[in-house]
Amino acid sequence: MGLALTRAAQWTTASSGMGKLEITPLNESLLKEILHFVEQISARHPQEAKHVFREPLQWETSLQASDFTTEYDISGSCVQSREADGDGHPLLQLTPPDVSVRSFSQLTRLLQLVPDRKLREVRACLEANRDPVVQILGPSFASVEGEDSSTLRLLDKLKEDSQSGEAELTIKLLIILQQLDTLLLSNSVKQLAQEVRLSPAAVKRDVELLKSLCAAGEKKVLRSVCYTSDYEFSNGCRSPPWRQVHGEIAYLIIEPCDSEPLFITCSTAGVFLNAGVRHEAEGNAFDRRSNVYKDLVDLLKSKSPHFAEGINKKDFVIQEEPPTTLKIPHVEAVGVEAPGQTLGSYEHQEKNALKKARQQLAPNKTGGEKKFEPSLKWKCLGLPSPHEEAEERKMRRSGGSERATKSRSRFPKSESKAKPSAPGSPLPGPSFTDDVQTERRGDSHTDLPSEYWQIQKLVKYLKGGNQTATVIALCSMRDFNLAQETCQLALRDVGGLEVLVNLLDTDEMKCKIGSLKILKEISHNSQIRQAIADLGGLQTMVAILDSPDKELRCLAAETIANVARFRRARRTVRQHDGIKRLVNLLACVPHCVSTSSKQEKDMEVARCGALALWSCSKSTRNKDAIRKAGAIPLLARLLKVPQTNMLIPVVGTLQECASQRSYRIAIQSEGMIEDLVKYLSCDNQDLQKHCASAIFKCAEDKQTRDLVRHHEGLQPLVALLGEARNKELLTATTGAIWKCSISMENVAKFEEYRALELLVGLLTDQPEEVLVNVVGALAECAQRPNNRVTIRKSGGIAPLVGLLTGTNQTLLINVTRAVGACAADPESMTIIERLDGVRLLWSLLKNPNPDVQANAAWAICPCIENAEDAGEMVRSFVGSLELIVHLLKSTNKEVLASVCAAIGKIAKDEENLAVITDHGVVPMLASLTNTVDDKLRRYLAEAIARCCMWSSNRKAFGEAGAVAPVVRFLRSNDPAVHRATAQALFQLSREPNNCITMHESGVVKLLIPMIGSSDEVLQEEAAGCVANIRHLALANDKARYG
Amino acid sequence: FSEPTAMSKKMIQNLAETLSKQVKHFNKTETQCLIRLYNALLGDQTERKVGHGLDRGKFRNILHNTFGLTDDMIMDRVFRAFDKDNDSYISVKEWLEGLAVFLRGTLDEKIKYCFDVYDLNGDGYISREEMFHMLKNSLIRQPTEEDPDEGIKDLVEITLKKMDYDHDSRLSCDDFEKAVRDENLLLEAFGTCLPDAKSIQAFEQQAFQVTRFAGAMTHKYEQTLF
Repeated sequence: MGLALTRAAQWTTASSGMGKLEITPLNESLLKEILHFVEQISARHPQEAKHVFREPLQWETSLQASDFTTEYDISGSCVQSREADGDGHPLLQLTPPDVSVRSFSQLTRLLQLVPDRKLREVRACLEANRDPVVQILGPSFASVEGEDSSTLRLLDKLKEDSQSGEAELTIKLLIILQQLDTLLLSNSVKQLAQEVRLSPAAVKRDVELLKSLCAAGEKKVLRSVCYTSDYEFSNGCRSPPWRQVHGEIAYLIIEPCDSEPLFITCSTAGVFLNAGVRHEAEGNAFDRRSNVYKDLVDLLKSKSPHFAEGINKKDFVIQEEPPTTLKIPHVEAVGVEAPGQTLGSYEHQEKNALKKARQQLAPNKTGGEKKFEPSLKWKCLGLPSPHEEAEERKMRRSGGSERATKSRSRFPKSESKAKPSAPGSPLPGPSFTDDVQTERRGDSHTDLPSEYWQIQKLVKYLKGGNQTATVIALCSMRDFNLAQETCQLALRDVGGLEVLVNLLDTDEMKCKIGSLKILKEISHNSQIRQAIADLGGLQTMVAILDSPDKELRCLAAETIANVARFRRARRTVRQHDGIKRLVNLLACVPHCVSTSSKQEKDMEVARCGALALWSCSKSTRNKDAIRKAGAIPLLARLLKVPQTNMLIPVVGTLQECASQRSYRIAIQSEGMIEDLVKYLSCDNQDLQKHCASAIFKCAEDKQTRDLVRHHEGLQPLVALLGEARNKELLTATTGAIWKCSISMENVAKFEEYRALELLVGLLTDQPEEVLVNVVGALAECAQRPNNRVTIRKSGGIAPLVGLLTGTNQTLLINVTRAVGACAADPESMTIIERLDGVRLLWSLLKNPNPDVQANAAWAICPCIENAEDAGEMVRSFVGSLELIVHLLKSTNKEVLASVCAAIGKIAKDEENLAVITDHGVVPMLASLTNTVDDKLRRYLAEAIARCCMWSSNRKAFGEAGAVAPVVRFLRSNDPAVHRATAQALFQLSREPNNCITMHESGVVKLLIPMIGSSDEVLQEEAAGCVANIRHLALANDKARYG
Repeated sequence: FSEPTAMSKKMIQNLAETLSKQVKHFNKTETQCLIRLYNALLGDQTERKVGHGLDRGKFRNILHNTFGLTDDMIMDRVFRAFDKDNDSYISVKEWLEGLAVFLRGTLDEKIKYCFDVYDLNGDGYISREEMFHMLKNSLIRQPTEEDPDEGIKDLVEITLKKMDYDHDSRLSCDDFEKAVRDENLLLEAFGTCLPDAKSIQAFEQQAFQVTRFAGAMTHKYEQTLF
């Protein structure tokens, strides 16, 4: 019985250790059989039953001392049998909860003691003794797979000492046990053979059939048949993935004519009633509520007498059609279960589960967990544990080719585990086993989608066929849904890609065309793209671009367009001179507009070439190569054609390349802006998007911005703001508007088209890319005062301030700019202040990005200027002044200039000036005076002027050596610098020592012409400074000469 | 026939005049060239047969050497397709008409022509058996396979599945036309029976080079061909 136990019995854990016997019909019948055997043995073979076991059979029993009769020695809770072996050990010993038994006769008696718990005891005994024969006869009789020589050895032994009755008894017992084993095995095979297995296809067929019965007019036998879910997974199942792992295929609601609707589950094990799975199944709705029937017709027959009657009457009609459709094809006798079947569908479901779980029924938590609970059937199959499976999935995702080998190698493995190996095993009816085996082999093939095998077959014909067969196979392959990943990967896994790529190297035109047509389709898959590149397909396709056949050139270019989506592929194309050839394809277009078929074909070639260039243009080097190959004038010419499908790749390429300055200049000078503007008003959103994107990139240049306005491109751009649903388009449009609004003339136009209101409306609920552009545009527009009012009136201030809390650097730069610009409007400023915007701006000074710091500091300036009690506000921010003074250590000129400007504003408040002086602002400003940057000079001078309000600071600047460098600022050419410097000098000159330094630096000579300036402030300050110097000189003279 | 060249020249000119009006795709000069080529080919033949036209063997030689066809059966069928009156000889008119399709036929003409070639028994249908016959050498036979014809049979089924639109297990001309229009690659589904672009170009160059206009004409037609 060893073999039967290891093979047929279904254990909870397939591995060794303390397994439990599952409660399945199969195990139950096994146990009953064994029980029967034990009960009978004492009567049938009294001699053998008395044979003392080598080792006692020990197990945890439910028996108590009280269960034993007087034939036993009972002492407390322990029990011993009176019967003992030669050495005087009792044959039965109970020390609760353990019992040990040493002969069959004792075993029989024990079972008789507890008639109601017999089965339980047998089960416990077997669970504790996985191979009882070892205990009974000794370890040399352990059940082994394959050839078992123990009997022979025993026979030899028997011959050696024929006196010993012992050996004879042993051999008899062994034979008895082996007979039992054989019996058990053959019984379990019978059991297994009765199991049915449904497949999704079979269920579908049945449902179709039943549906047709519903439609049969007055004689109909059913009212309605419908699925609970319209969604069908690619494996044919309709149940949610977490139920598919339980083998469930679909749920049906069938309304018979004579009873309530039946809620039916179709699973691989058969069909049964469930607890009411409707469209939204919850909780225990999936539970089984009836027996399992082998198919739908059987179930209906038993549930609906009307149906049974009807179907019996109609039997003839059905049989006129192929009679098999009803049941036979899908009811497969399953031996030890088809291992691959479950594997295959499991794989499938996994994939689907990943993809579809979200779209399908809302993921059911408990269901999801259940998914990993191993089902009974898989256990004995050597199916990898969920963990292993998960790992494998990971592998499969990471490496394409690994998967193929792995999954292939898995089949034989699981098969060999699941199948009893025929040689040496004492199975009756070997022919039957063979049948099972061959059938199962067939099974494991069908578990992969049928496409897999069909594609494999076609690939075989591709390999071994002449041109004609190859073409037929190629055409047939195209009938598969090549957009489907299953087919793509199947094609790769059976070695189809190699063949297809090799075909490109042949001379056969038709084979090349057919092969490219397929490659074109499947190269949408990124793994396939990689594989094609790995096989050297790109080189061949690049070579084909020179072919005289236009169709071939088109296909090759289109396939290159698909494959060249990743860097390595793009490089390969370039390195094999592909760019030049692709650019040559563009050259086919004739100047005249005509529609002859030849020209149409030329256009198609050019279109495909443009597509490929578009893909390739994503690499910087390729952009150079495209330009060098002379593509720009060709693209410019193609930009004039009316066909949208041509324009999209052309404009796509242009906008991709417009990241390079040379292209931007070319786009401008070749007059392409006009065309780009024109297509902004076309009816294709993709084209509009690429045009807007190209304008976005080109409009960095002022001339381009003017051209866009000149060609009336601004209005269509504003009109496109209405397409708020297409986010990509919106990003491109707002980007173009932003860049265009850098020119004030354009801003005026935007005002006219009421763009600002629209832009403000886009400040909420948009992706960051859109926000960056919208805010950028608003920041530019707000440079004009009336637009600040517009922004405020359309409610733009609050969302702008809200965006100050973001993290996107580009967005922050734009937002600070925009808020700064708006802060110049006093009413807007009130709102900003109320929303705590200044504090937010201030905290952005801590941002690591210098651009953000600078823009935040710039924005702070108007805020301080326009806030009601700015001094108090600034002081209220803890550590704010220290922070800003600290920024004077920055190395970024823009940051320094902006911070100086801010300090200039802050220092207007005396108290704050005191604080920043304490933080050492004077020496820091002084150390900056050596700069030659005019912008910094200007704001630095302003800041110094402000800080000199305190006389001690004037002195401190002098001591820090700032005076002489400031005098040098006057040599700058910037009038703004002059003015600020004059202010600073005037303030500094109030300190006599500074006057001396200034005079020594030759300040008077520099200031004299400025007194004559038309700028009154400059005039005044310069004059004041000179006056201070003069006063000092006079005072000095007076002192000296009295 | 005492001065064949002089006579022929005159005759050829007249013949070309008439035939170029009846046969599509060739202009008068080209017709003339092709007639001359035909005569040259006839010249090699024995006197007895000259009266009837080009015989099968001669024609097959041309197909094989000039147009690169290889399959014997297909070549026979091509001969039959040229030989419209079924007299086992190709007359000058048949020659021109055949070549018109062969070299410059439109898709429609080629579909008709290919169907005729493949309809082995001329009953208007390509049957399973005919397909099998034509495809039987198209796969490398694996000696290990139980049924070496299995692949071929399968190929026939695949073709039927793809092309048999009315599901009568045979291809009518309509089926064939529909399938080819849907997928041009299926034009020569059962074996190569048309020359490839290269051999066409080579043939035309050779045949028409004698004429001054040939270059220009060839060029013009090349455009339509591609």
